[in-house]
Amino acid sequence: MKTRAFAYPYLAWMTLFVIAPIILVVVYAFSAAGGGFTFSNFSGIAAYSAVFLRSFALAGIATAACLLLGYPLAYVLSKEKPRLQRVLVMLIMLPMWMNFLLRTYALMTILENTGLLNKFLALLGLPQLNIINTPGAVVIGMVYNYLPFMVLPIYSVIVKLDRSLIEAAQDLGASPDRCFTRVVFPLSLPGILSGITMVFVPAVSTFVISQLLGGGKSMMLGDLIEMEFLGTSYNPHLGSAIALVMMIVVVICMRLMNKFGSGEEQAVIL
Amino acid sequence: MKKTRAFDPAESRPTVGGRIFTGLIYFLLYLPIFVLIAFSFNASKSRSVWTGFTFKWYGELFRDSGIMSSFYLTLILSLAAAAVATVLGTFAAVGFYGMKRRWRAAFLEVNNIPLMNADIVTGVSLCLMFVAGRAILGYELGFGTLLIAHLTFDIPYVILSVMPKLYQLDRNLVDAAQDLGCTWLQAFFKVVLPEISPGIVNGAIIAFTMSVDDFVISYFTAGSKIMTLSMRIYSMTRKRVPPTINAVSTILFVSVLLLLVIINVRETRQEAAKKRRQLN
Repeated sequence: MKTRAFAYPYLAWMTLFVIAPIILVVVYAFSAAGGGFTFSNFSGIAAYSAVFLRSFALAGIATAACLLLGYPLAYVLSKEKPRLQRVLVMLIMLPMWMNFLLRTYALMTILENTGLLNKFLALLGLPQLNIINTPGAVVIGMVYNYLPFMVLPIYSVIVKLDRSLIEAAQDLGASPDRCFTRVVFPLSLPGILSGITMVFVPAVSTFVISQLLGGGKSMMLGDLIEMEFLGTSYNPHLGSAIALVMMIVVVICMRLMNKFGSGEEQAVIL
Repeated sequence: MKKTRAFDPAESRPTVGGRIFTGLIYFLLYLPIFVLIAFSFNASKSRSVWTGFTFKWYGELFRDSGIMSSFYLTLILSLAAAAVATVLGTFAAVGFYGMKRRWRAAFLEVNNIPLMNADIVTGVSLCLMFVAGRAILGYELGFGTLLIAHLTFDIPYVILSVMPKLYQLDRNLVDAAQDLGCTWLQAFFKVVLPEISPGIVNGAIIAFTMSVDDFVISYFTAGSKIMTLSMRIYSMTRKRVPPTINAVSTILFVSVLLLLVIINVRETRQEAAKKRRQLN
C-alpha cells in the first residue's frame, strides 16, 4: 500500500510552520534592526545574565521539589487498588485540564497578604507570612501548576514495571529497601526523566507565574521575551536571541540528563 | 491466604504514612480551586471574607459581552482546530507508517519539536513568521493565524496517539482485504480506519483540550483584535480582578470534570467490551 503520499500535506505544513519559523528566529537573532549580520544581540544578552540565572535556579528548585513530592505520590498511587487508582489518577489530571491561568490566580488569592493563608494564621495567633511577590511564591506556583506533569509519567512507568523482576530480586534475598533502590527506582528512571523535562521546560520559560505571583519583581526569561516581542521594549531581534539561547541551553541540559539516564526516553503524554 | 504465591510488594497496599502524604497533596492541589468556587458565590467582591450567598456573578458573567465573545471564539477555534488536526494528523500518521523507518524516524523527530519546545518559543517563532508573511501577503493577524498556530501544536498530539494503533495493526488484514478484491483505498477505509479509530478519537479529544487550554501560543499569534478565553482571563488578572472570574473558573472546572468522567466511563466500557471479546 502506497500511503506515503498521505503525509505530504503535513510535511509541507511542518516545513512552513515548524521549521521555517525556527529558522526565522535564528535569522532575527543574528541580524540588526536595519538588517545585516550582527552578533550584537548576543552581547546584549549579557546584561540579562541575572535573569538567566534566576530562571534556571527557580525552575531547577521547582523541578526538584516536584520530583521529591511527585515520586512518592506516584509510588503510593501505583500500590492502590486498580479502581481507586483510576479515580486518583483522574483527580491528578483534573486540575491539569483546568486553565492554568485560573489555577495560578486561585493560588494568588490564597497567598496574598490579605489572603486566606494569612487569615488562617491570624486565627491561630501565628505571625503573618509575606509570600506573594517573592521568588518563593513563584516556586510554589510552579510546583502547584506542574506537579501533575511529574506524577503522571513516573506513575505510568511504575505501574508497567515487570512484576517478575521484583519477585526475582526478593527470591534472591533482597530486602524491600534494597529491592526498591536496586530494581524499582532504576527501572522508573525513564519516567523520572520525562517528568523532569515536562516540568522544567514550561517552568524555565514561564511569564505568567512570575507576573502573577512574583509581582514583576523576580523577572524571568519568559517575561523578558514577552517584553521584547509584545511589551514596552519592542525588539524582536534581542527577543529572538534570548529565546534561541534559552532553547539551546534547555536542549543541552536535556541531552546531558538523558545521557546519564541512559534509558530510552518514552514520550508519555497525559 | 488465597493462594500460595510469592510475596509481591507491588500488591501490598500503601502504608498509613503514604496515604496521609497522598491525602495532603490532594488537599493542597484542590484547596485553591475549591476556594475559587466557593467565592464565586460570595455576595461581596472580597476574596477572603464571606459576606453571603449570591448567584449575581454568574448573571454578570453571561451579560459580559467581552467574556462571552471570548468564550465563543475559544469554542469555535478549538472545535475547528481539533477537527482539522484530526484529519490532517491521521493522514500524516498513515503516511509516516508507510515510509521507510529512517524517514519516519526523522519526520517524527520534527513532529516532536512543537511538543518539546517551550510554548513561548513556538509562540514567538510563529509570531515572527506571521509578521513576516503579513509584510508580503498583507493580511491581519487574527482568527486565521490563531487557527494555523493551534493546528501546528494540535497535529503532533493526534499523530502521537494514532501511531501506536497503526503499529498494532495486523498487516495481514490489509492484504486479506485486498486479496478479497478491495482496492487499497477501500481497504484503508474498511479495515485500517476502523482499527485505528480509538487512537483517532483520543487524538481529537487531546487536541481539543490542548486548544482550549492554550494561552502562551495564542497570546503571541492572535494579534490585537481578538482574545481567546485564556487571554481574556490573563488580561482580567492584570487588573483589579472582578469576581466574575471565579464564576468562569467554576463553570470550567465543572465542564472539565464532566468531560473527564465521560472519557473515563467510555474507556471502562471499551475495556469491558475488549475483555468480553477475548472471552468469546
